[in-house]
Amino acid sequence: MTTRTLQFNIYRYDPDQDKKPWMQDIAVEVDSTDRKLLDALVKLKAKDDAIAFRRSCREGVCGSDAMNINGKNGLACLTDLSVFPAGKPIVLRPLPGLPVIRDLIVDMTQFFKQYHSITPYLINNEPPPERERLQSPEDREELDGLYECILCGCCSTACPSFWWNPDKFVGPAGLLAAYRFIADTRDQATSARLDNLEDPYRLFRCHTIMNCVDACPRGLNPTLAIGKIKAMLVQRAI
Amino acid sequence: MLNRVVVGAHYGLKDWLAQRITALVMMLYTLFIAVAVLGGVHDFESWRGLMAHGFVRFFSFLFIVSLCWHAWIGVRDIWMDYIKPVGIRLALHSLTALALVGYAGWAIQVIWRL
Repeated sequence: MTTRTLQFNIYRYDPDQDKKPWMQDIAVEVDSTDRKLLDALVKLKAKDDAIAFRRSCREGVCGSDAMNINGKNGLACLTDLSVFPAGKPIVLRPLPGLPVIRDLIVDMTQFFKQYHSITPYLINNEPPPERERLQSPEDREELDGLYECILCGCCSTACPSFWWNPDKFVGPAGLLAAYRFIADTRDQATSARLDNLEDPYRLFRCHTIMNCVDACPRGLNPTLAIGKIKAMLVQRAI
Repeated sequence: MLNRVVVGAHYGLKDWLAQRITALVMMLYTLFIAVAVLGGVHDFESWRGLMAHGFVRFFSFLFIVSLCWHAWIGVRDIWMDYIKPVGIRLALHSLTALALVGYAGWAIQVIWRL
């Protein structure tokens, strides 16, 4: 079995021991069965078990292993090892803009606070029918590209507006989720949802730089969803 | 004062829309001026001739107002992003707005004098 050595340059920070973060150079042997960055990280963890990172499903569904890979946010489990040029170390850092708990693990409290602020659930005050609330296939299609978000945080932590105002700006992930419920024909709180977002900080900190679209490991487009929210606000106002 | 995060000012849509509309006005005016320059407007007399038209005065006025309004929203956004203390931000907002109003008046006076 062919093996090759991968060089890593990893952000390390243990607040109990380190005064400030530092970058660790470390190499690890991978073989041909190691396909994704996460595979290499798992081997790395076997070599130095003090390295801390989150992971769970290892197939791009749980969103735990989001990190900054060579300067771009992504999921370690969806990043092919073959994309890294040989001879250059792979630089891993935690998601930018959030407080670091340890090494590659960030505190996502602020991110989820924003997510909860948009009431991420269906609001419908009519008594539920016996089986389920039905939608036409066309109405259901509106939710494509919105419901697939796994809340990994790659988009919001790639957004400068979220870096500067994480306490006030909902961020691309939260706004994508907000539009997911605004677009849902079964939801009855559209106007209240728009009221909740009509704010210079909560929605209008988005200046359409599209870092979120670039970062999303699922290929979703939060900028498009934000544009649709703005269009609905215009439609409501004039 | 309690140090709590307060949001929900319920404005922003008008500014966002105004920024787009003023951008459109500026783009059309820039094209208009580019065509005029390519069409032979180059010395003081020809500029004066161009600016003597009622339509050009109207359009120039619209351009300057658009520029200042657009700049107001853009610069205010920069203060909102980077300046956290409320007092300093309010002072910068006021100074920006006042400066832009002054500039607009000055620019219109210069252009209409031609």
